[in-house]
Amino acid sequence: MIWNPSKECMPREELRELQGKRLAKVVNRVYHNVPYYREKMQALGLEPGDIQTLDDITKLPFTTYEDLNATYPFGLAAVPKSELVRVHASSGTTGKPKIGVYTRRDIDIWSECVARCLSMAGITKDDVIQVGYGYGLFTGGLGAHYGAEHLGALVLPMSAGNTQKLISMMIDCEATAIACTPSYLLHVAEDLEKSGLKDKIKLKYAICGAEPWTNEMRDQMEKKLNIKAFDIYGLTEICGPGVANDCEYHEGLHIWEDHFLPEILDPVTLQPVPEGESGELVITTLTKEGMPMIRYRTKDLTSLKYEKCKCGRTMARIQRFKGRTDDMLIIRGVNVFPSQVEAALLTIDGITPHYMLVVDRINNEDTLEIQVEVEERFFSDEVSALENLKKKVHSCLRQAIGLNADVKLVEPNALPHSDGKTKHVTDKRKLYV
Amino acid sequence: MYVKQLSVFLENETGRLDDVLSTISDNGINILSISLADTSDFGVLRLLVSDPDRAKTLLKEHGITSKLTDVIAVSVPHSIGSLRRVMNALSSAGIAISYVYGLSLHDDGASIVNMQ
Repeated sequence: MIWNPSKECMPREELRELQGKRLAKVVNRVYHNVPYYREKMQALGLEPGDIQTLDDITKLPFTTYEDLNATYPFGLAAVPKSELVRVHASSGTTGKPKIGVYTRRDIDIWSECVARCLSMAGITKDDVIQVGYGYGLFTGGLGAHYGAEHLGALVLPMSAGNTQKLISMMIDCEATAIACTPSYLLHVAEDLEKSGLKDKIKLKYAICGAEPWTNEMRDQMEKKLNIKAFDIYGLTEICGPGVANDCEYHEGLHIWEDHFLPEILDPVTLQPVPEGESGELVITTLTKEGMPMIRYRTKDLTSLKYEKCKCGRTMARIQRFKGRTDDMLIIRGVNVFPSQVEAALLTIDGITPHYMLVVDRINNEDTLEIQVEVEERFFSDEVSALENLKKKVHSCLRQAIGLNADVKLVEPNALPHSDGKTKHVTDKRKLYV
Repeated sequence: MYVKQLSVFLENETGRLDDVLSTISDNGINILSISLADTSDFGVLRLLVSDPDRAKTLLKEHGITSKLTDVIAVSVPHSIGSLRRVMNALSSAGIAISYVYGLSLHDDGASIVNMQ
C-alpha cells in the first residue's frame, strides 16, 4: 500500500522542482541560523541567493562527522533550544556521539517517513506491531514506535533483549508485524522453532534494519517464519530509520526524496558519478528544522536507480550497499569504530596497544571476539591474575562500545603490529558482496 | 628451599606445548617437573628445568613469553599423611597457597608450593 501517493509517486520533474525550492529554503535557514554553516559557505564565497535550483547543490560545502564532532552537541542546531523536543545519538569515531536533535515538526515528518516504510511492507492500522529495537538514545526504538503509531497500528514497545517476553507477547497479543534488527529476528525465529511455538504466531511482516543484511538472510527469515521481510535504512544524523525502505519488488530501497536529497559522489574526488554508478551516498535534509544536514557524507557506498519502480513509486532506489568508506562496523545493530576499542584498551594496564577484532555471524547472531596481547612484564604464573585481566578488558569494552565481547588473551607479538595501516578487523560475515 | 620456576604463557593452539618443549630439549636442558594450569583459551605452563635462566633466554629468542618465579620446594617423605603435615604447618601460620604440584626426585617425593 502507498501511504502518501501524491508524494511517493510524484512525477520526477515535479519532484525536482520541489527539491530545488526546499533546498533553497534550507540553505537560507542554515545560513542565517547556524554560524558554523554560514562560515563554511562564506569561506567558499557563497550566499544563500546562489542556491536557486537543484543543480546548484554542487556549490555547497559538505558536512562530515568531523563537523558534528566540532559542533557537539548543539552547534549545528538551526532553532533555539526551546524549540527542540528530542535528542538521539549513536556512537562516533572518537568517543563523541553523533547526535541528532529534533523539533516537533521533525518528529512528525520522521513519523510520516516511517509510516510510508511500514505501509510499503503492507502494514496497516489493523496490524499489531512489536518494536524490538532498543528504546533510548538509539533512533531505532522510538523511531519505529512513532511511525507505527502515526500509521495507526497497535504498538507493542518491547525494546530489545528479552526474547522470551517478546515471544510470549507475540503470541498473546497476536502480533502481525515486527520491527527489529535482522540478526535478532533470526535469533527469535530459532527460539520459536526450538520451543515448538512457531505455529502459534500470527506474524506476517518484518521491517528490519540498523545493520546490513543479505538476501540469503531474507530468504531464511521468510521461510522460517512464513513472513515477508523488508529492509529499512536510516542514520541518526539524518533522522534515524525511515530514510529509505524496500518495496515488495526488493530492487533497492526507495529513499524519500521529498525530505532527503541523495547524491552519489566519488569518495576521492567528491564529484558526482555518472547515474547508476557506485560511490558515497551524500544526503541533504530538505525539511529538517532542528539540525539540517547539508550534503552529509554518510560514508556508505552504494548507487542509485532513478527509473520508476514497478510498485508505482517514483522515488529513487538505493541499491545494495557495497561497504563503507571508513572502518565502521555494525555489530548487533551497534556502530563500532576500531578507534573506540583502541582508546579503551589504552586505559588498561597489562596489555599492549595491539588488538584484533574478529567479527562473525554464528547461528545468525553477530559475534565479536577481541584478541589482546598480554604485556610481557604482566605475564603471571598465576591463572587468576590473567583471568582478572580478561575480565577487566571485557568490562572496559562494554563501557566503551556497549557490547559484550569475547576476550582472548594472546602472547605478546602474536598480533600484527602497527605500521600505520595495520589491519585491526577480521570480518567473516561477508555482508557486502 | 627456593627454586626457580619457569612459567610460560600458552595460547590454546595445537602444537604450542610442543614448540616450548622442543625449544628447551633441543638445547640440552632437562625438564624436572611440569604442571599445566589451563583455561578455555590459554594455559600457564609451569616448569622446573635444569637451567632456568638459559631456558628463559632461549624461549624469548623464539618469541615465547615466560617468567621466572621463586617457588618453595619441600621434600616430603613417601609416607601417609606427610604432605598434610606440611600443609597444616603452613595454614596454621596463616600462609595461603597459590598452587601446588608434585615431582618425584630419587626416592623421596617432593612438592612444589607457591605461597602468597
